[in-house]
Amino acid sequence: MIQNMIDGVLTGSYLSLGAIGLTLVMHILRFANFSHAELLSLGAYAALVFDALFAHLAPLLATKLGPLSLTWSLSAAILISMVLTGVSAVIIDRLVFKRVREKGQELSMVFASFGMALIIRNVIGLIFGLSPQLYSKDIAFATVLSRDPLILVKPDQVFVLVAALLLMLLLHLVLSRTTFGYSLRAVAENPTLAQVNGVNLQRTVLAVWLIGGGLAAVAGVFYGLSHQIIPVMGRDLVLPIFAATIVGGIGSVYGAVLGGFIVGLATNLSLVLLPSGYTPSVPFLLILAVLIVRPHGLFGEARA
Amino acid sequence: MPEAILTATEVTAGYVPDLPILRQVSMTARAGQITLIIGPNGAGKSTLIKAIAGLVSVTSGAIALGGADITGLRPDRLTTRGIAYVPQTDNVFRSLTIRQNLDLALRRAGADGPARLAALLAQFPALADKQRDKAGTLSGGQRQFLAIAMALATAPRLVLMDEPSAGLSPKAAQDVLEHARALTAGGVSILLVEQNVNQAMRLADHCYILAEGRNQLDGPAQDLLDDPVVGEIYLGGRRVGAA
Repeated sequence: MIQNMIDGVLTGSYLSLGAIGLTLVMHILRFANFSHAELLSLGAYAALVFDALFAHLAPLLATKLGPLSLTWSLSAAILISMVLTGVSAVIIDRLVFKRVREKGQELSMVFASFGMALIIRNVIGLIFGLSPQLYSKDIAFATVLSRDPLILVKPDQVFVLVAALLLMLLLHLVLSRTTFGYSLRAVAENPTLAQVNGVNLQRTVLAVWLIGGGLAAVAGVFYGLSHQIIPVMGRDLVLPIFAATIVGGIGSVYGAVLGGFIVGLATNLSLVLLPSGYTPSVPFLLILAVLIVRPHGLFGEARA
Repeated sequence: MPEAILTATEVTAGYVPDLPILRQVSMTARAGQITLIIGPNGAGKSTLIKAIAGLVSVTSGAIALGGADITGLRPDRLTTRGIAYVPQTDNVFRSLTIRQNLDLALRRAGADGPARLAALLAQFPALADKQRDKAGTLSGGQRQFLAIAMALATAPRLVLMDEPSAGLSPKAAQDVLEHARALTAGGVSILLVEQNVNQAMRLADHCYILAEGRNQLDGPAQDLLDDPVVGEIYLGGRRVGAA
């Protein structure tokens, strides 16, 4: 049980990062972006490529950071991946979503995002193959926190949790202490009012894609540190990330963070009662429960 | 007669292409005055103010501010030209604190920001005591004052107010309208849309009456208030000249 809770918190850390970008895009652009989870795949694979490239160019960078399987080259690759994924999100918006948004209906956007998800997933499969990939082929040994009950934690998992929390803290500081953060929150709450108060909507949307894409890249790499990297990882993550967004309340960054941890905990704790084959249904049940009891989610409000 | 600050010439505008709400509406707002727009429901009053604020597409006609064409300019660009807009509802960011709302509005003030913030808090002392409170916790009247304070943050030449007294108690409504009057003493021009006709006409300098998206009558507010035909048009919805 305690092991499941620890695993749930760790799962929640990357789900939260993934959900933050999704909740902002869903609220500001008013569409359910089913391709958002593919940005996690894009980020994970981009980091894989640049990790290998940096390690090849400067073998010293392949040195591990203490007990972690993370290397200097992967650390640098994460930063590159954040930028590339953020820029990719902007390009996808400009080439596809913006055009559909201007000419189509909301439902067209949903279909466009489904199509985009399939395209990204299959292009990744075409380039990298369907075989699982790993950031490190070395065996990561877990630290035994307790023998009865048996509780194991890998150093990578602790790193992922701490790094995710630090990123969330950084985002919180930006949102609560800077006028740029106020602009983001203002656009999320009421885009029209934000505009008449001088906020440039186009620039804010650009920032949302960059931030959402960047955080999705980190989430993808963090997922890859404890799982295999496969082209269909976006398909596996789309439902938990949507559940986190809906549970937290669409448009609420803090809701997305809490929602991510709730979904992570619920999914892992369900293993105590259910066979593992049923765990993918848990996010679905959470979405249903929230929509019935509190349709706007824990932190969401009816938008203006 | 004070100089014209805003001129709308034969403006046709609407939310959906080929379905205009406003049809060739013309009007002028003058410096340091309250210009009132009234009319029955569906007359296009709010659409006119939104078209000026850049929130509704203008399909023909022109809008000029101080002689410069501003037709079709984005709402955020209009704030830099000296136009501020106070929407009827949802006019503050409820999830932000009062201070954050003001900081957001003031961020274009640059180096003048702190001085302007101090001036706004002195002008609206009820807000000064609640700076850390979420705007969503304010009463209707206080929320309206915060919205007006945000509009004044960039020292606008013209403030567009869309039914600022809607949903307020009679006392709060009177306070808000009297505050609007006081602003004109400081040189700010106000274009006001109001349902609270009697109260607003007593405060306004000039009044335009719209019906069915068209100009019907205009003139000095006091003259129109005393005109029995105005009551018939506004209350009965009959157009001038109609049988």
